[in-house]
Amino acid sequence: MMKFRFRRQGADPQREKLKQELFAFNKTVEHGFPNQPSALAFDPELRIMAIGTRSGAVKIYGAPGVEFTGLHRDTTTVTQMHFLPGQGRLLTLLDDSSLHLWEILHHDGCAHLEEALSFQPPSRPGFDGASGPPSLTRVTVVLLVAAGDMAALGTEGGSVFFLDVPTLTLLEGQTLGPDEVLRSVPDDYRCGKALGPVEALEGHLRDPTKILIGYSRGLLVIWNQAAQCADHIFLGNQQLESLCWERSGSTLVSSHSDGSYAIWSADTGSSPTTQPMVATTPYGPFPCKAINKILWRNCESGGHFIIFSGGMPRASYGDRHCVSVLQAETLVTLDFTSRIIDFFTVHSTRPEDEFDQPQALAVLLEEELVVLDLQTPGWPAVPAPYLAPLHSSAITCSAHVANVPAKLWARIVSAGEQQSPQPASTALSWPITGGRNLAQEPSQRGLLLTGHEDGTVRFWDASGVALRPLYKLSTAGLFQTDCEHADSLAQAAEDDWPPFRKVGCFDPYSDDPRLGVQKVVLCKYTAQMVVAGTAGQVLVLELSDVPSEQAVSVSSVDLLQDREGFTWKGHERLSPRTGPLPWPTGFQPRVLVQCLPPAAVTAVTLHAEWSLVAFGTSHGFGLFDYQRKCPVLARCTLHPNDSLAMEGPLSRVKSLKKSLRQSFRRIRKSRVSGKKRAANANSKEANAQLAEQACPHDVEMTPVQRRIEPRSADDSLSGVVRCLYFADTFLRDAAHHGPTMWAGTNSGSVFAYALEVPTAVAGGEKRPERAVEAVLGKEVQLMHRAPVVAIAVLDGRGRPLPEPYEASRDLAQAPDMQGGHAVLIASEEQFKVFTLPKVSAKTKFKLTAHEGCRVRKVALATFASVACEDYAETCLACLTNLGDVHVFSVPGLRPQVHYSCIRKEDISGIASCVFTRHGQGFYLISPSEFERFSLSARNITEPLCSLDISWPGDAARARYPTAT
Amino acid sequence: MHEFGAEFRRFSLERSKPGKFEEFYGLLQHVHKIPNVDVLVGYADIHGDLLPINNDDNYHKAVSTANPLLRIFIQKKEEADYSAFGTDTLIKKKNVLTNVLRPDNHRKKPHIVISLPQDFRPVSSIIDVDILPETHRRVRLYKYGTEKPLGFYIRDGSSVRVTPHGLEKVPGIFISRLVPGGLAQSTGLLAVNDEVLEVNGIEVSGKSLDQVTDMMIANSRNLIITVRPANQRNNVVRNSRTSGSSGQSTDNSLLGCPQQMEPSLEPEEEDSDDEDIVIEDNGVPQQIPRAVPNTESLESLTQIELNFESGQNGFLPSNEVSLAPVASGPSTEFETRAPDQKLLEEDGTIITL
Repeated sequence: MMKFRFRRQGADPQREKLKQELFAFNKTVEHGFPNQPSALAFDPELRIMAIGTRSGAVKIYGAPGVEFTGLHRDTTTVTQMHFLPGQGRLLTLLDDSSLHLWEILHHDGCAHLEEALSFQPPSRPGFDGASGPPSLTRVTVVLLVAAGDMAALGTEGGSVFFLDVPTLTLLEGQTLGPDEVLRSVPDDYRCGKALGPVEALEGHLRDPTKILIGYSRGLLVIWNQAAQCADHIFLGNQQLESLCWERSGSTLVSSHSDGSYAIWSADTGSSPTTQPMVATTPYGPFPCKAINKILWRNCESGGHFIIFSGGMPRASYGDRHCVSVLQAETLVTLDFTSRIIDFFTVHSTRPEDEFDQPQALAVLLEEELVVLDLQTPGWPAVPAPYLAPLHSSAITCSAHVANVPAKLWARIVSAGEQQSPQPASTALSWPITGGRNLAQEPSQRGLLLTGHEDGTVRFWDASGVALRPLYKLSTAGLFQTDCEHADSLAQAAEDDWPPFRKVGCFDPYSDDPRLGVQKVVLCKYTAQMVVAGTAGQVLVLELSDVPSEQAVSVSSVDLLQDREGFTWKGHERLSPRTGPLPWPTGFQPRVLVQCLPPAAVTAVTLHAEWSLVAFGTSHGFGLFDYQRKCPVLARCTLHPNDSLAMEGPLSRVKSLKKSLRQSFRRIRKSRVSGKKRAANANSKEANAQLAEQACPHDVEMTPVQRRIEPRSADDSLSGVVRCLYFADTFLRDAAHHGPTMWAGTNSGSVFAYALEVPTAVAGGEKRPERAVEAVLGKEVQLMHRAPVVAIAVLDGRGRPLPEPYEASRDLAQAPDMQGGHAVLIASEEQFKVFTLPKVSAKTKFKLTAHEGCRVRKVALATFASVACEDYAETCLACLTNLGDVHVFSVPGLRPQVHYSCIRKEDISGIASCVFTRHGQGFYLISPSEFERFSLSARNITEPLCSLDISWPGDAARARYPTAT
Repeated sequence: MHEFGAEFRRFSLERSKPGKFEEFYGLLQHVHKIPNVDVLVGYADIHGDLLPINNDDNYHKAVSTANPLLRIFIQKKEEADYSAFGTDTLIKKKNVLTNVLRPDNHRKKPHIVISLPQDFRPVSSIIDVDILPETHRRVRLYKYGTEKPLGFYIRDGSSVRVTPHGLEKVPGIFISRLVPGGLAQSTGLLAVNDEVLEVNGIEVSGKSLDQVTDMMIANSRNLIITVRPANQRNNVVRNSRTSGSSGQSTDNSLLGCPQQMEPSLEPEEEDSDDEDIVIEDNGVPQQIPRAVPNTESLESLTQIELNFESGQNGFLPSNEVSLAPVASGPSTEFETRAPDQKLLEEDGTIITL
């Protein structure tokens, strides 16, 4: 026996090969909006856009599907980015004043973003001494001149340095100090004051020798780099914020810290200009905030655009995030919900054109990107095909639906289009169109559903690299909430000046936390859906292609079942609106079931074929027949000793307990860290001490200890229902299979009910109007008492049963109903397969006992082989509390592969993870971004794209040997 | 002489053929005319100790030591004074009868108490002494129900190891506290500052405190902890050269045994914690049996090996080593064995102090 075991110890090479064909771990793409963006750039030639973040990431976007990501070595804020037009190269400036040159390179026909060179400005002590050249410690502004061969760096000290871009080396001797500029300035302007930092550098579109330099104090200089002299000087006296040079070069516009902007004419001879042509404070006369950035764009039709950010009246609207667009008499104040990072216009940049002809305005905000069509009257917003603000309201749950039938897909898309109608006249579609998407058209449609705090469910096209919003379902309309939308609209109507226009969809404020969506289930064959929320509401909806007006049937189910001695101390249940309500095209509610007590729904499942919905909370679970609109079953799972279950989410008792524990931890931590610091301070003494009494010292340093005690039956929250499952299987005898419902709780209990569902007449969609009955068939108590996270029934061939309708509509192989079924129960600690109907232990794997990690998420997934077209295996994918992903065979439960996926400290990332049916997954890497990963060697969704770059990268590289 | 509610009986037994305990028990019930009363049976041995008779072995022992009379004491089970049994019970007391008859009689000194063997169940044991280095101790804690907590805490710490690169300070997991009255404390086999090396055969090195906590809790119904006791003075001193295989065990200790493991340790094999319960529609809870072995269970078997593999590399070669001397002559074996051990050492096996 022993011999046999040891012989089998080595890995089977055939199996190993197969594993390689089935499994591979890749993090493929980041969906959503970059967290904490800090810089924006646009290449008008390649028509690609770059977004830099505070964590040092650089993301480049072109046409949908064209995406590149790069990460600076240091996680330092990217403060500025500049494309070398048409070259596929990008110069980035970080917060530490280092400059980095990035290149888009093609490997195997696919483009990648790589860092080529970097430059750290010298910061020697005494560098900025009186004798030496001025310091380059802090770069305030960067300008690329002469087709990107040279860069001008404006500094805090007021100097302008010049940099050779291909090599990223400083051009010595060309530095323009403030003293040199001051020489051309009249004495009365000089009056002993410094010019201040360089605030703005602008190049001339047609004459690369000319540079417009703006100093903080207000002085503007057109510097001729060839002649090394000032062509023109404008003696501004208002603190400068930004500058824009009109394309002909004859006009410039400056914006100032007092909320004013000034227009200067550059055609007035060589004598210094002292007064601007026009100076205006657009939102005056009361004190205004600074105009941080201003753009001037002219049009063939006459009437130039002036676009600026900020400048709002300090007292009344100082807290607004606004960009103003002014053309002739038309002024629109775009009112955003988050801070403005930067903006640009998409316009002609060819020197021979006479006009800018701006097509679009792109505004990067802290939480979203908004693009406006400037060619269409009214400047409508252009829906973005990517960079969707996933977090427009905080994500509370997510679900993935694979293989969405084309018909349902079209209906959802059409419902979404009716929701945000596009003006038919829009000539402009998405203006950022650079690059070619080389990825194959996705073979199947994948839908990602995200539930949000404000009671909405958003539908995203997750088939490809670009996560595109399709449709938004709001459940708030069904309920009476404290905050009515009507009065906020009325308030907006009152003020007609400034002409605010709400733009963007980022709205972090939830009207009522009870609206929060906890669970979402969609049946892709019947377009029926269940949305369950924080206040125990379970909503059954159905997709309708026409708007309707109808009343929603409301029922409540008491999950306590007259259990004595419990009083709910949490929130009230939501009060639904009564009477017929108007519902737009899309998912329209049919039935509302409210759980009592109104605790958050913790599990929900839908069986559209049987018209049944099962739901669970921390108190118990219920089964509801939504065809006959009547409850079938309610069962309380509370343990008599469980007091916490009744406290609700806002419990004082719990929070006090928690906060006490936290404060103790903090005290302990601070003690420890205090000691550590002391040890560092006088390390010699401490080291000597350590050597003397290493052991006792360690004991003293002990930060935390953990109690070793098994879970007992009366642990708190043991009654929480963690999973619910419907299956057509053998529960009572081996001869007859039938509908069953399974429920698993936090304390390792599994309840299995045999259901009596009247069967539909052959060909009929709906089942006859007879009551559904549920009889408790089995109850399994796992002795390790870990929470049951998933239940699935496997057929006679060991494959999971198909979803409702899947087999009957020929979309999946029919399950083996010849018996030999088994149930897979996954707890937080173990996976077990039991036979059915006679429950006996078949296989198991004790994950926690072996690895010391706990199961957070599990899913059954099909893994297709890369080598063989139609070979696939169904496996159990599992994410642990350490952020590792494990894959196990089914039903053998043998470990196949494991990968580390998420940092174990990233608790929200682990909690947000969702697996797809085909071996991919998503998790949140920030409130606004989903990382997509793939466990399958075959099914990978990653950006594959190319760019037509005119810059001969390799030739240039040969000319300038790379400095290491 | 018998005693039951101050009743005395005298009868004879055949010393050479005492028969079974059940028969004797039935005889006692018969002669006292108490056929349906549960009783405890004790006897006074040659030292005057009151010892129990409850199985064939101690019954035979009692009969064989009768000199010539065997004094038998019978107590009703429900009013029995268990503490009456033990050493010195009959000598120290002036009159054991008074003591037995009046259990409330105040005793001045507590003495060693012997529970009844049929009520015994193991709470802990030291296992695998033969294959572990003497500096290590493998303790098995048996947790029954919830009446007594496991009762210990663990913490992070650091320990010093001998590695191929010399002495190294490595992070380790230590027992930080024992709960008074808990199972861990009552065994006396675990102490504060003992370093935890393995949990149910899986090394804890490289695992975080939380991971080790989860592993221990997951195994709590049959917890096997290998520790390096902080106090090395109470270690089992082994008579190491008695047989070929135990001679090997001292060699093993030099090689650093945390890598090794007794297969019996493997929790999968014993399944003592696999007591999931199913309640069928008849409402009677019952333990879930294991499925009848078929092709499927082969898979689960191989799974066991895999687990085994994960924690315990290097077991296979050393196992062969220890079997070798049994198989053939010792003189030649030593030469063939030596390179094997070298190999193990060069593999970078960690030697623990």
